[in-house]
Amino acid sequence: MPRLSVWYIRAALVYLLLGFTFGGLLLFHKGVPLHPTLWRLLPAHIEFVFFGWTVQLILGMAFWILPRFAKPPVRGNEPLAWAAFIAINAGILLLAAASFLPGSGWLILAGRAAETMGVIAFALHAWPRVRAS
Amino acid sequence: MPALTRWFLRSALISFILALLLGLVIAARAPLNLEFPASAFSPVFFHLFMVGWVAQLIFGVVFWMFPKYSREQPRGSEALGWATFWLLNLGLALRLVGEPAQVLAPSRLWGWLLAASALLQWLAGMIFVINTWGRVKER
Ligand code: HEM
Repeated sequence: MPRLSVWYIRAALVYLLLGFTFGGLLLFHKGVPLHPTLWRLLPAHIEFVFFGWTVQLILGMAFWILPRFAKPPVRGNEPLAWAAFIAINAGILLLAAASFLPGSGWLILAGRAAETMGVIAFALHAWPRVRAS
Repeated sequence: MPALTRWFLRSALISFILALLLGLVIAARAPLNLEFPASAFSPVFFHLFMVGWVAQLIFGVVFWMFPKYSREQPRGSEALGWATFWLLNLGLALRLVGEPAQVLAPSRLWGWLLAASALLQWLAGMIFVINTWGRVKER
């Protein structure tokens, strides 16, 4: 597995850990109340399990197994895929921070913008690799 | 495909079907004028889909196809793999029953069932991460 896939998939596992922990706390609290402010974890839970875990795992797998090119760089434009990794993770962290800070409309916008740019960068990376091997 | 992967994938398919059947009932409520408390069931619908189907499919394929952990233990610990499977499915099953029940008729029993469900699923996630971490490597 290439180095960038290791980064994507390890990040996905870390977010699985965080996302399941937040989800577990919420579910426990729904059954046996722990503390009323726990519900503030919900947006971070959703962000961590969707973008953090599911999306990043898929992107890491895609970078690894999409068809390669005969001549180097065999995985095409790697810097774009690295930029996507950085932008997506910055976005997730901004959105998670926003869910704990009041009046954080701009933070949410910045987080969504970072994720969007990351997704566009990944799509540009992957586009030429989606072909009949 | 290893036995554990077959169990993960079959259980994932069953969750997928259950999620969609539940989704059908939720969708049928308005046109058929059913007395069905959809909001009590929508988190279950969501998590059957994303945990039962998507995450479980990923777990099964990862166990099967990720780089070898070592020559002696190519897939990491089989026992931890099975623990993940049972904890996740038991946890999800408890949620399926306990969450709507706790919303519709709250009681200590349903509450603790939900708490147990939370613990089981959380443990499943932690064990999956521990058992997979060492297989995420270059080459
Ligand atoms: C791949 C994994 C997961 C995904 C994609 C996911 C996604 C979501 C989403 C989208 C919501 C909002 C649903 C709504 O507002 O109705 C939500 C809520 C919630 N999640 Fe998860 N989740 C995941 C795993 C988990 C796990 C493992 C647990 C518990 C152990 C959990 C516990 C909860 C709870 C308690 C809520 C709030 C339900 C409510 O509104 O009453 N989630 N999750």
